[in-house]
Order: sequence, then structure tokens, then C-alpha cells
Amino acid sequence: MKQVAQKPGRIKTLKIDGRDVAGGENQVILDVAREHNIFIPTLCYIEGLSVSGGCRLCLVEITGIPKLVPSCTTRVEEGMEVFTDTERLRKYRMMMLELIFSERNHVCSVCVSNRNCELQSLARRLGMTHVRYPYRYPKLQVDASHNKFAIDHNRCTLCTRCSRICHDIEGAHTWSTMGRGINNRMITDLNQPWGETETCTSCGKCVNICPTGALFEKGKSVAEMVKKPKSLPYLLHTREES
Amino acid sequence: MTNEELNAIAKAEQESKERFEHEVCVCTAAGCLSAGGDKVKDALTGEIARQGKDKKCSVKGVGCLGLCAKGPLVAVESHGKKDKLYEGVTLEDVPAIVQTLEATETKGAAAAGLERSMDEPFFASQVKVVLENMGKIDPEHIEDYIAVGGYQTLYKALTEMSPTDVIGEVTKSGLRGRGGGGYPTGLKWSTVAKANGGATKYVICNADEGDPGAFMDRSVLEGDPHRVIEGMAIAAYAIGAHQGFIYVRAEYPLAIKTLKNAIRQAEKMGLLGKNICGTTFSFELHLRLGAGAFVTGEETALIASVEGRRGMPRPRPPYPAERGLWDCPTLINNVETFANIPAVIREGGVWFAAIGTEKSKGTKVFALAGSIVNTGLIEVPMGTRLRDIIFDIGGGIPEGRRYKAVQTGGPSGGCIPEQFLNMPVDYESLQQVGSIMGSGGMIVMDETSCMVDVARYFMEFCMSESCGKCTPCRVGTAQMYDILCKITEGHATLEDMDMLIELSDLVKNTSLCGLGQSAPNPVLSTLRYFKDEYMAHIVDKTCPAGVCKICSPAKEPVEVKS
Repeated sequence: MKQVAQKPGRIKTLKIDGRDVAGGENQVILDVAREHNIFIPTLCYIEGLSVSGGCRLCLVEITGIPKLVPSCTTRVEEGMEVFTDTERLRKYRMMMLELIFSERNHVCSVCVSNRNCELQSLARRLGMTHVRYPYRYPKLQVDASHNKFAIDHNRCTLCTRCSRICHDIEGAHTWSTMGRGINNRMITDLNQPWGETETCTSCGKCVNICPTGALFEKGKSVAEMVKKPKSLPYLLHTREES
Repeated sequence: MTNEELNAIAKAEQESKERFEHEVCVCTAAGCLSAGGDKVKDALTGEIARQGKDKKCSVKGVGCLGLCAKGPLVAVESHGKKDKLYEGVTLEDVPAIVQTLEATETKGAAAAGLERSMDEPFFASQVKVVLENMGKIDPEHIEDYIAVGGYQTLYKALTEMSPTDVIGEVTKSGLRGRGGGGYPTGLKWSTVAKANGGATKYVICNADEGDPGAFMDRSVLEGDPHRVIEGMAIAAYAIGAHQGFIYVRAEYPLAIKTLKNAIRQAEKMGLLGKNICGTTFSFELHLRLGAGAFVTGEETALIASVEGRRGMPRPRPPYPAERGLWDCPTLINNVETFANIPAVIREGGVWFAAIGTEKSKGTKVFALAGSIVNTGLIEVPMGTRLRDIIFDIGGGIPEGRRYKAVQTGGPSGGCIPEQFLNMPVDYESLQQVGSIMGSGGMIVMDETSCMVDVARYFMEFCMSESCGKCTPCRVGTAQMYDILCKITEGHATLEDMDMLIELSDLVKNTSLCGLGQSAPNPVLSTLRYFKDEYMAHIVDKTCPAGVCKICSPAKEPVEVKS
């Protein structure tokens, strides 16, 4: 679903965690919360890209709605009462995070993005001390066929930021997903080695937006890969100017 | 096509039918076809000619006759009255059946072994609305459908009713979505009708029936395709759409063939296309084939697939009624919902609302499968007791075994134990006992089924059919499957059981779409009613049903293909 860059629109007043806040009718709960310095954890969401709604970390509770709703796709409404930090949500977020850590091989000590990883900081911030679920340790490949970048599928959380930035911003649509369920993984073109794709422009946007050490520049060693997620808002800003 | 022309076709068809004294209807739907129904049909045609009865007897292929496991089925209609049904017909039986056609009761003894009494509860207790033409008309010939009053309803809607009248009638009928959710159809239609005046709108028929053991939609499409087309055209008129899609799974080749043929015939007769029935209303209908994913039964994933993208769901709202196919307001209904429409418009909403219960109106088609005598397709009024469906119509459990549970709603549903057999089958009652109506699959299980193994089977299905977009469904179902494997292998501890319950809660409440949200249902319902079986596996390390091979070597974890 394409998120259309819209003006905030008419002002709506609502309560988030008991605080009175205001946001535009075209804004989603997450944006309004962030504008008011209310923390909601996210992994797949990034401002300026189309929304996926897949990581489920940003779920919030709304009074009167029995289901949990993703704050990245739910627009604010007048009189809404949102809770972002209930016991139930904390429990689910922790479980979700543990599931992501159990899914693939996230060993921070040997990762290029150590201390510069969104997944790692989330785990620290949410207070995750250990993973209760059995590690699945899938045997996944590293594709280093590209001359500048490489992908280590073992570090990928399938947030699909790379495929969205490649499609929405670069317009190349090199990245896609293949496989179902637990066998899902990112591919370039029609599952060709990254270095042999015809669409990749080697712009590196995907690498800079990747929340973990899955996408990295070649030649970087442990903890050396510094990501630049801020490059996206900057890029969007300069595009608007021109 | 005017009303007179429709009547003329119907009359001509009726007259040509009356020239024959006997009409032999051979089921050529997928079930009977796989048992050789087409060969039986050819043999009957040949034998009738050989015995010189071809002036009096006609042979035709028809849709599902109901008793699917007993195919090939042959029904004989004499002097316009259905009077005999033969089951399990082989090529050797053909001469005897043809002889019986003309003979008196005693002479026809040769074929009597195959004959089913039409007074059995299987036939007598059913109420047919969706399946009213099933087994009576030849799905290959549009004239046959017109002869039983087909497309008259469309004509009536287009010429005598306004779109608001049509929606009003559907709302009055109380019809609810037959795909599983049970959302009021009239409400859905009026939402799409009101959405963005003047914008392009679409109608989509969801024929991506994927539940294991369910074959209702397939049978309807194979046996009475024009009914669905007519229902869709009426819907399109009501909401203001001019284009429609039938999204049918590629695993149903016969349904696809029948639909293609039906659409072509309807176009030829001016019942689809531009200026239908001489009015200003135009409606084009296209087929889209699925690529074998269960998740495309979810409406947003289905839309993605029709658009040519990978079939993955997206968060709702916005609902398809507001932003659907190519961001236009879109009406998505299930095959059976559309198949109900001609009857609703023809007989009126009040008539329809008189069938069924207070909140669940009309009838429901069920596919009976598993450990049951009469495996096949049935239609009963909403609110029929589960016991009546399984033991009267279904004929009970074969070989005197004991009933254990019935699984309704496929992988999204639950298992209903013996104590709820007297429960009326409707949307609310099923939900109360932890199952769902779903699309109408009913898998009956007896004492030889292990409920933990059943839960494991459905979890494996959900795990491998998850699209992988959201974390709880992608990883959660895989972890749950591993725990269930551990239990069935006898390696599990009580902590594993707690983790299973905790994960069920997470996956149910946090998944993005219906697949994930309902994936834990088989686990939750078996845990609710058959906890002793779980305990037997975990504590006593035995499988009460003798299905699981306890203490076999540990299973390899699911290998991720790279």
C-alpha cells in the first residue's frame, strides 16, 4: 500500500497514554506519538516509505477496539484513546522480538553492525535479556557477488525496507521476497546473484536503510558498518525542494 | 436478449426434453470424473443406442449429485420425475441400468444393488437453494440453465428494479458472507455502492477455496457456473461496477474449463458484455487463476494477486470496499454468496429470511469428509443440529466406530467434541465453542484420530501457507509446529505446553491477517476439549489413539531452503 505524502489535514485531538495530543487527520498514530516524544518500537516502519505493517512491534491498544492495531497504519481520530505501553503490549513485543532473534542467526559479537543495529538497540531498550524459544539456526547463504555490497541472509529480519526503498525511492525494484512463511527471504531480481542483476543501480540506499547487519558494504569488519537511515528524510527533503 | 427470447429458449429446451421419456444424468464433476464418470456416460450413450432406446432416452452430464465418495453416480429422471440414483456405477453395470429404464420393478433387479433410495435422510432432509439446479442441468449448456429460469432474475433486476431495490432485497434477506467471516452481504454491497460516486468499481468472486477437505465452491462452479455469473452481474448492477473477476485456484482445472465455457456462452447471448438485456448496463467478466497459495483467500492478498503481484495481505483499513483492486472500491464475495443471489432476488428477501435462524439466514452448503458414511456435498438450513448433519444426513461413522470430533472451518476452525452435537450450526454457535463456520468444510473424526496429531497437521498447513510477511505468523507458527512435533514424538515437557499456549495467544492476537489470527484455533480448541490427550503424550508418553509413534528419533527441524 502506497503511503501518499499528504498534508496533515484537519486537526484531531486525542489521548495517547493519558496525554492530550493533537495530530492531522491524515497522520497515523505512530507519527503523532513520535512528534510528542512518545516511544513506540518499530522495525519495518520508516518515515517516507510505503508501509508494510509486518513487524507488528508497533501494535497499540485503543479503547473500544478489541483488536490490537498497528500504529503505523491506523490514522488518528477525534477523541481516540490510545495506549502504547500496557503490560499486554510489553509482553507481546518481547515475545515478537524473541521470535525474530530465534528465527535466524543474530550473533551480535561477530556482526558488522554491532552497536549500530536497530534490532540490537530495540532489544536493549525493551530489556530483552535472553531468548526463550529454541534457536532455529537455518543454514543461509551470504551473497557477496556485488562489487560494493553484500547480503548476509542470516542477519535479515525480513522487514522489507530494502525492497520498499528500492521500489519507492530509487525506482529500480531490484529487491523482492520469495518463499513462504519461515522459508521467506529477500531476493534480487528473479533470484539472481546480486552482482548479476540488471536492475540494481548500486545506489546503496538499501544498505543504508537496513536495520541490521544483513546488508553491508564490503570491506567492513565487525562493528564497522555504520548505517545512515537519516539519508532517506534528507533525500526526500531535497527532492521536494527541487 | 429480452425476456421473450429467454422464455423462448426455455420453452424450446423444455420441449426437446419432453420428447424423451427418460433422462439419464451422469455426474461429471471432479469427484465422479476421477472415478470414471465420463466413460460411464459414453458407455450409457452407446448402450442406449444399441438397445434401440435412443428415441426415448437422453443422456447428459450434470454437476455434483451429492454422494461424492460413491461415484460415479447416475441419476435417472423418468417423465420429468427424478426417481432413481445409482452409485458406484461401473462399465459392466451399464447394460443392466439401461434395461431397467424401460422395465418394471422386478426385471430391473440386476441394477438394484447400486440403487439408492431417495427417501433416505441424505436426500429427504436437505433444503436446496444454492444447489437447486445441481445434478439437474448440464453445466456445459447455457440453455439448460435458462430452461430452469436462469438469467430471468438478472433480467428482472435490470428492468424492474433500481440498484437500491436490489441492495434492499439483499439486506432484507439477511444473507451473510459464506466465505467464513459472515459479514452481512447487504451492508457490504451498500458500502461499496456508496463509495466514491462515479469512480470505477469492481466485483470479485473469491473462488480460492483452500481449506483441506472443502469442496463446496468447486462443486458449485463445476455444476452450475451460470448461477455464480448471474449473481455477480446482479451485484455489479447493484453497486455500479462494470468489470468483474473470478479468482479461481489453478488446482480446479475442471471448474476453470466450465467457467470459461460459461462466460463465453453468456457473452454470446448478450448476458454479459455491453448493454445486457438491451439495457444500458454493461458488465465484463474475467477469470484470474491463483498460483496455489492458501493466503490468497484473504481479500487483500487476493487483490494483490489479481493485480499481478505476490499474493500478500496488507493491513486493513482501508477495506477493499473503500480501496480495493487498483485502489478502486471493490466488492469481494465468495462463490456461495453469489450463488445465493439469484434465489434471493427471484423469491425475495423475506422468503430467504424465513429459512434459518434469527441471526444466520438461509441455507449452508457443507462438504462432509473424513470418517463419515455419506462423504459428499449437502445443503441444510442454518441452525440444523450438528447431530442431524453427521448422523442422519451423513449416515454416521462407518464400521461402528465412535465419534470423536468434527473439524469445521478448515485450518482456521476448531474441533467440536461430542457434548456439542445437539448444537445448532450457525455462525454464533460455532464461534461460541471455539470453531468457525468457515467456508463449510466438515471433517469428521473418530476414535482412531489423535487430536494432537490433528492439531499438528493443521499447524503444519498454516506454517507452510503463511506468506511470511508478519513476524508472529512467520516465526510463531513454525515454533508452534516444532512444539507440536515434540509432543507427538514424546519429547515434550509441561513447559513446552505452556509455551505453546503462550504462542497461540500471541499469534492469534498480533498477526496481520486472518490466516495468522486463526492459525492457533485448531490447537486452542483441541487443548480445550482434549487436554487429556496432550497430557497422555507429555506425561505418560503414550498416544491414546495409537497414531503417534512415541519415542521415535527426534525430527529434523524444518530446513530453510537456500
